[in-house]
Amino acid sequence: MAVATGNSFASRFGVHIAVLVFVAIWTIPTLGILVSSLRDKNQIIASGWWNSFSSSTQTEAGRLPAASTQVEKDGKFVLQGNIFGDGAARNISAFGVKSAAPTQYPAGTTADLGDGVTLLLNADGSFVMASPKAFEGDRGQRIYYASSAPPKFTTDNYKTVLFSEGIGRSFMNSLTVTIPATVIPILIAAFAAYALAWMRFPGRALLIAVIIGLLVVPLQMSLIPLLKLYNGVGSFFGMPSKTYLGIWLAHTGFGLPFAIYLLRSYIAGLPREIMESARIDGASDFEIFVKIVLPLSFPVLASFAIFQFLWVWNDLLVAMVFLGTEADQIVLTAKLNALLGSRGGDWEILTTSAFVTIIVPLIVFFSLQRYFVRGLLAGSVKGG
Amino acid sequence: MAAQIFSAIFVIIVGVGGCVAYFWGANKLVDLIFPSRGVAGAAAIDNLRRQGLVRPWLFVGPAMIILTIYLIYPVVETLRLSFLDRGGINFVGLANYEWAFGDREFRNSILNNIIWLAVVPAACTFLGLIIAVLTDKIWWGTIAKSLIFLPLAISFVGASVIWKFIYEYRGEGQTQIGILNAVIQHFGGQPQVWISLPFWNNFFLMVILIWIQTGFAMVILSSALRGIPEETLEAAVIDGANPFQIFWKIMVPQIWGTIAVVWTTITILVLKVFDIVLTMTNGQWNSQVLANLMFDWMFRGGGDFGRGATIAIIIMIAVIPIMVWNIRQANKETGGH
Repeated sequence: MAVATGNSFASRFGVHIAVLVFVAIWTIPTLGILVSSLRDKNQIIASGWWNSFSSSTQTEAGRLPAASTQVEKDGKFVLQGNIFGDGAARNISAFGVKSAAPTQYPAGTTADLGDGVTLLLNADGSFVMASPKAFEGDRGQRIYYASSAPPKFTTDNYKTVLFSEGIGRSFMNSLTVTIPATVIPILIAAFAAYALAWMRFPGRALLIAVIIGLLVVPLQMSLIPLLKLYNGVGSFFGMPSKTYLGIWLAHTGFGLPFAIYLLRSYIAGLPREIMESARIDGASDFEIFVKIVLPLSFPVLASFAIFQFLWVWNDLLVAMVFLGTEADQIVLTAKLNALLGSRGGDWEILTTSAFVTIIVPLIVFFSLQRYFVRGLLAGSVKGG
Repeated sequence: MAAQIFSAIFVIIVGVGGCVAYFWGANKLVDLIFPSRGVAGAAAIDNLRRQGLVRPWLFVGPAMIILTIYLIYPVVETLRLSFLDRGGINFVGLANYEWAFGDREFRNSILNNIIWLAVVPAACTFLGLIIAVLTDKIWWGTIAKSLIFLPLAISFVGASVIWKFIYEYRGEGQTQIGILNAVIQHFGGQPQVWISLPFWNNFFLMVILIWIQTGFAMVILSSALRGIPEETLEAAVIDGANPFQIFWKIMVPQIWGTIAVVWTTITILVLKVFDIVLTMTNGQWNSQVLANLMFDWMFRGGGDFGRGATIAIIIMIAVIPIMVWNIRQANKETGGH
């Protein structure tokens, strides 16, 4: 496939540009949540994440000091100070005293608030408020201002979601579901695959056909009967119907057709001579399987393990049907879905939680991509 | 939580240990009942034959039991339930099916599913093919492919959050933090609430699945393209074919089988699409699809198993042609073995 189709400079340049555009479209979405998850939560809503390296302008509200700090100067009562306290290097562009018009006056101008009261707010946050009459009350004047803040990156969002939003706990729940649900099907499928590939028995062809048929049976077909079954078994034994054991077995069941299909086609392709010479040496099927087939099948076992791991980790449907929604059972995907409802506009929570849920698959994916692609190529009839 | 981790580790040990013990023990048992060593010739041969009859079933037994409980029995049971009422007790004939085809939401879901089926597999296959061809020609193609492939590892829920952030809407004139509206506003357009735009919102949801699945199509098709013999392409170049002719008349016909596999795989996935719709709109604004509607009816008002099962059957019916085709295809391939 190395044949170049059109070798002119222009067409090669075009190919580079086209691929660059595709790569940009495919990576920018993920980059968006990664960058956002590291930004200060006020800045996330103040400017687009693509501007996160430049200063962001945001409108904030504050309160001037109470009347007790006033001083009398030239017959006027004056409140003076800096709304940022000290230290913060922010730049105010405009201010106002009504929430409907938070940027009514440019910074550095003196606003007339009526009754002779004036307010001056400078770009650096220092203010002077003056009035012919004494200020009263222990709550200061409400003030709104648009300020630009330098870019601020933080890991606070991660601390928040992991420890107070329950994502940390869900992470453990996801691991609890995923690891057994990945390990258990492997052996069961491997034995079945060996039998279907190398042992002769009546009904074998039918079994293979059934398994290929089951590959594409929609999960939806299984949900209601299994839900009923689990409820029945649960109430019969007086146990809760939503348990980790239940979901491990469910994922095992749903993963088996693909596992058997993938392993069978690989094991069937192992060289016949090895099996036959072992058999002549007096090895039983069991010995052949354990000593020869299993070690030789390592690559395909790894492929399946990665598939099943990603599938179970990313699953939402099975988890929502067979696991509860309490903190001790809710998995990451279900938790993220719940947060979308309860924390709808809180993008610092959502982007960070989303990144926590996708980080494990991304690591698995990048470190084991070779096996993943091999499994994909071998078993592309299942898909998802 | 410690108990939970402990129980998970315990289950791995018990599960794996149990499997090993079963296979090893059952195998030993067969050897004991039908001994083939240390008995007279004729009896040994007889016993070997009996072993050969029993052993395959010991190997496939556990898998068959699990498949029967988790897939085969449910298929039959779901079919039965689709003729029963909401609690799964009284026979109601075809009432659930009649309800379905008269229900506005169901018909909307069918229509949306058809649009999904028409758009997503085609878009993924087409984009995947284009990217596979283009990346094959440049030195950084592998990196590009990795990056385009990456969304395949992301869960549908995660992808939904990612895209919801892209579609985020703020009132006109405000700073847009969703990149799509920011771009539109930058060029003087009107920001929109993309996921509630009637009809078009379906396409904004489809984009998510296309974004995820294009990498899949790309990898499969890329490997198929590599399998095209160099000579055919060289011959075409020598004959003066232009790049488009080579693509459409030489490459595409040769990988037709693979294109069909990719297409059907994504088709099945589309029929089952649930997470994206649930998390983005939950079927509001006429964006409902069958899989989400089915989930909805499983729990709506305490759950209506009859209607839920009926919707599942409709999805199943759509899958059956692909299933038959797969089995035929597999029979052809394994016929010799």
